[in-house]
Amino acid sequence: MAVITVERKPLTFLERTYLPQIAGGLKTTFKHLIAPKKTLEYPEQRPAIPVGYRGVPTLVKDPNGREKCVSCQLCEFVCPPKAIRITPGEIPADQADRAHVEKGPQAFDIDMLRCIYCGLCQEVCPEEAIFLQNQFSMSGYTRAEMVNHKDRLYELGGTLPDAHHKWDKKKAAEEHGNTH
Amino acid sequence: MFDFYFEIPLVIRLILQGLAVIMVIFPIAGACSMAERKIAAWIQDRPGPNRAVVPWVAWIPFIGKFLQRLGVFHVMADGGKMLFKEDSLPGHVNKFYFVLAPIVAMIPALTTVVAVPFGAYFDTAGKLIPLGLAPFDIGMLAVFAVSSLGVYSAILAGWASNSKYPFLGSVRASAQLISYELSMTLAVLPVFLWVNAPGTEGTMGFARVVEFQSQPGFLGGMWFGFLMPISAFIFLVALFAETNRQPFDTVESESDLVGSFHTEYGAFKWGLFFVAEYSHMIVGSGVFMLLFGGGWNPLPWVSLATAVEFLGTFLPFAHAPLFVGILSIAIFMGKVLAMIFFFMWVRWTLPRFRYDQVMKIGWQKLLPLSIANLLFYAIAIALIQK
Repeated sequence: MAVITVERKPLTFLERTYLPQIAGGLKTTFKHLIAPKKTLEYPEQRPAIPVGYRGVPTLVKDPNGREKCVSCQLCEFVCPPKAIRITPGEIPADQADRAHVEKGPQAFDIDMLRCIYCGLCQEVCPEEAIFLQNQFSMSGYTRAEMVNHKDRLYELGGTLPDAHHKWDKKKAAEEHGNTH
Repeated sequence: MFDFYFEIPLVIRLILQGLAVIMVIFPIAGACSMAERKIAAWIQDRPGPNRAVVPWVAWIPFIGKFLQRLGVFHVMADGGKMLFKEDSLPGHVNKFYFVLAPIVAMIPALTTVVAVPFGAYFDTAGKLIPLGLAPFDIGMLAVFAVSSLGVYSAILAGWASNSKYPFLGSVRASAQLISYELSMTLAVLPVFLWVNAPGTEGTMGFARVVEFQSQPGFLGGMWFGFLMPISAFIFLVALFAETNRQPFDTVESESDLVGSFHTEYGAFKWGLFFVAEYSHMIVGSGVFMLLFGGGWNPLPWVSLATAVEFLGTFLPFAHAPLFVGILSIAIFMGKVLAMIFFFMWVRWTLPRFRYDQVMKIGWQKLLPLSIANLLFYAIAIALIQK
């Protein structure tokens, strides 16, 4: 490999006095002194959340306002820090609008002190019922407060658009005499 | 109008005046700490501290918000914290000197104010009367003598702390202060050579220096900063070193000395060091402005008398001593605050010199330069004033 000797020029007298450099530095800092500030003043101003952000995991409902989760417990099994705890339950017979839904969780707890925001629950969910959405700040005064229960999870999750309408298709198939 | 004031016994009058000056210096030192934080923030493109607010001030529609954004109430929050937090006394220190050190820091810092005139007015005969706590004739000597006592606080604090970094810091502090004291004194000498022209009454006071900068004519109205730029420059650099400001902040260089001589200090005792540093800066800036920046003259070639004459054309009360006094104090304070802004501006621009560089600049660069400068002006003044 060729060795290139770079000649280092000796400093001029002015450079050795530091003064031109100091003046230049002062000029730069003064420009910043009067320049518009770049700070995002957090509680009042919120950052723009990029697409694909993994925030607090939430449960979502389908466009008909029904729970999408069928308590298959895949997320509970896949969850690396074991933050999710599901108690499976049946759909009560008296709820006509949920008649074709297979099952629903009786209880669904996510312990946010354990959650590592990895997003595996969202990835594994066959019903597209659990999503890591945009909320990034979780705080509470007690450990109990940091556990998100089912109603809280649905409150955070809201309703997302659904491309499949699984239960509507199941209902239509049943009405045509085709049970499967 | 103010005759009653002059009927009060002299001692009480002087105490009142002294208290008044301290009442001004202390809040300014406090405000400086805030200004430091704000300027640091602005230079780094941040808004700086802007949250603390007293509720009943927040209710004032526009001003309340403005004061909050300016961070005014953080000064009180900081001060309150410093006053009321636990004032710890570590077990391994020498108690007596440990407590003595911050007091020794504070006393010279406030004492030097005595010798610095901060304004002037004209008596009925049109004679300029400087305003100051003790308008004696050895102002410059007094400031040099007393302000260098401040180094004892650093030495005492470092020694009494009985731990490694404070000790190293205090050794550095004393070496640095002694090194730059010399160049500073030599840089000031040409000014007093010039002022003490043959045939005039000898003086080391600041008032005469300012009077010299307010004479008519091109050379007379010229501030010494223009007349003796090298002197002004050396004095300024030495002032940065003496007040331990960046780029000569080796004394407090956190990266290698933790907190230097005040590592073991906290709460109010630490606060005293802090206020002492800012008081030194204020007095130092004041001395610089008196010697090289025209003192209370508003602009180069525009003396206070000219300004008052000009204001007199449309302000009927412009010649009143009270107005002139307040005007001159305002001009002088404005200049001092501008200097302090410059201190802060430089602090957030330059990195600190290494300790060996500080010593090299002090002894091998500034000292020869100040001696050469002194010789040049001594010869030039001898030729001009012969």
